[in-house]
Amino acid sequence: MNQPSVQSEPILRAVNLVKRFGGLTAVNDVSFDIYAGEVVALAGDNGAGKSTLIKMISGVYRPDGGHVYLDGKEITMASPLEARGLGIETIYQDLALCENLDATVNIFLGREPTMRLFGVFKQVDRAHMLAESTKVLNRLDIHIPNLRRPIRQMSGGQRQAVAIARALYWNARLVIMDEPTAALGVPEQRKVHELVGALKRQNVPVLLISHNLQDIFAVSDRIIVMRRGQKVGDMRTAQVTDDDLVAMMVGST
Amino acid sequence: MTANTHPAYSRRAILETISRLWAWLFLLGMVVFFSIAGNGFLTPFNLQAILANMAILTIIALGQTYVIISGGIDLSVGWVMGMAAVISATIMNSWPESTPMWLIVVSGLVVGLIAAWIAGLVNGVLIARLNVPPFIATLGMFGIARGIGFLLSGGMPVPIYVKGLGFLGNGFLFYYHPTAGWSFLTPPAGLVQSDLRNMTGYFPFIVIVMLVMLLLAHIVLSRTTFGLHTYAIGGNKEAAMRAGIPVARRTAAIYMLSATFAAIAGLLYNVRFTNGAANAGEAMLLDTVAAVVIGGASLFGGAGTVIGTLIGALIISVLANGLVILRVNPFWQFIAVGIVIIIAVLIDQAREKFAQE
Repeated sequence: MNQPSVQSEPILRAVNLVKRFGGLTAVNDVSFDIYAGEVVALAGDNGAGKSTLIKMISGVYRPDGGHVYLDGKEITMASPLEARGLGIETIYQDLALCENLDATVNIFLGREPTMRLFGVFKQVDRAHMLAESTKVLNRLDIHIPNLRRPIRQMSGGQRQAVAIARALYWNARLVIMDEPTAALGVPEQRKVHELVGALKRQNVPVLLISHNLQDIFAVSDRIIVMRRGQKVGDMRTAQVTDDDLVAMMVGST
Repeated sequence: MTANTHPAYSRRAILETISRLWAWLFLLGMVVFFSIAGNGFLTPFNLQAILANMAILTIIALGQTYVIISGGIDLSVGWVMGMAAVISATIMNSWPESTPMWLIVVSGLVVGLIAAWIAGLVNGVLIARLNVPPFIATLGMFGIARGIGFLLSGGMPVPIYVKGLGFLGNGFLFYYHPTAGWSFLTPPAGLVQSDLRNMTGYFPFIVIVMLVMLLLAHIVLSRTTFGLHTYAIGGNKEAAMRAGIPVARRTAAIYMLSATFAAIAGLLYNVRFTNGAANAGEAMLLDTVAAVVIGGASLFGGAGTVIGTLIGALIISVLANGLVILRVNPFWQFIAVGIVIIIAVLIDQAREKFAQE
């Protein structure tokens, strides 16, 4: 694994994050940094607090304590939309694509470029969308034969590619992927691993939540382990084995 | 591609093409059939009559197209149209006789629109903000608009006493008379009553209004962000929301758009039949949904086009007209339209399976 060079500033810095639900402390005083071009896997058993932690970074939950810094500046987010505006893109398991629309529209959905038609209508600029979509997919080394086909007719890997291309196009500073391979077959899982690699080459850090140890070892540079709301491990992927990781996740060391 | 697989491949391509174009082919087949079997079907006069008779249906179906693409349904269109027609008629009757025609018509349109917009806004707020299922919200409005229409009209059609209004609704852009020749907007001057029988009109006003509405609805749906968002909301509402589309506002606007088309249709009914009736649009619900679905829209949302809806409306209207010309009992129309709807849905499902493979 290539070591991220010693950088002065992390892209994302989470400090002492706390989230409580009634009497339950779902995330207890968790801090971590993510550097440019780094793939960080967030591992942990069910209920360890992975999702809650992620949701505080993607704007779904407000932390009850702690701070989040993006590029050195403290940020607060009232909604996932605000987090996106700041450059934190979350790719959900269901990908949030409109399956009836094509790849280009999905990449631009909600932020469509327009041009004037007869000076009255603001017309969606489909040619621009196609050109830009092709460019961003090329940057990711993805070749989808016909971008004008509805997403419905695409494979799982191609869909994932469109979701990632959308994040990359809008200058994501950090991409959060929630169980990206959960619903995919083995060849498609490999595609997703390639895509994570492509994002890394673009110097975009990826925070990956996964149950799948294969995923974690195939793509991550670093692993953060959560157990019962606390961070119990933070180490280079190259320095741990499957068994170490499982032991940390279940707490039987 | 080896020569072996080629025949199967092209057969699938042909099937795919047929399933995509079946509505056109069906329409063409019907026109050919009625032209041969029916006496007087394929005449300019009859074809114009078909277009003029389908104008009200088509215009309401345009609004229904947007609603269905967005994943909803508007059950209230017919009664909102009737309510708007009654209100427009009442307002148009209230002017003194010397009032210019344009003012009378515009006032009728504006008041009808306001009434319909209130109905559309209520539908929209219920559905978009209060999460009432479209079927229930617009079913409620179905009853409310129906009641208001009948209450305001006293349960009777409201005759409109505006001179020349019927001409507007039934007039043509051009007139032709064998001896007097062509004229624009008004019949050739100097014709006595008995001569008018030989006169033919071309381009009915009502058809022109329909064509303009079709064009506008088509451009907005296929080219603007509003149209794109309509498809996105119908395709995956959750994804549309996460992408930052103001889903609630768009949804409310879509139901208001549907009400707008209903009000315009109500006014067209007024000027065409010189009365406003609460039940003017009673048949519209079934016919508009039929036109939209025959046109390839999915009741699950996310698919459909204005051109498709136009074909759907043409199929329904040509069927109705042709069956009358063949002197078939008009009740058969219902059966025929019902069968066509079912065929449309079956073909659509088969097509979906093709695409998945």
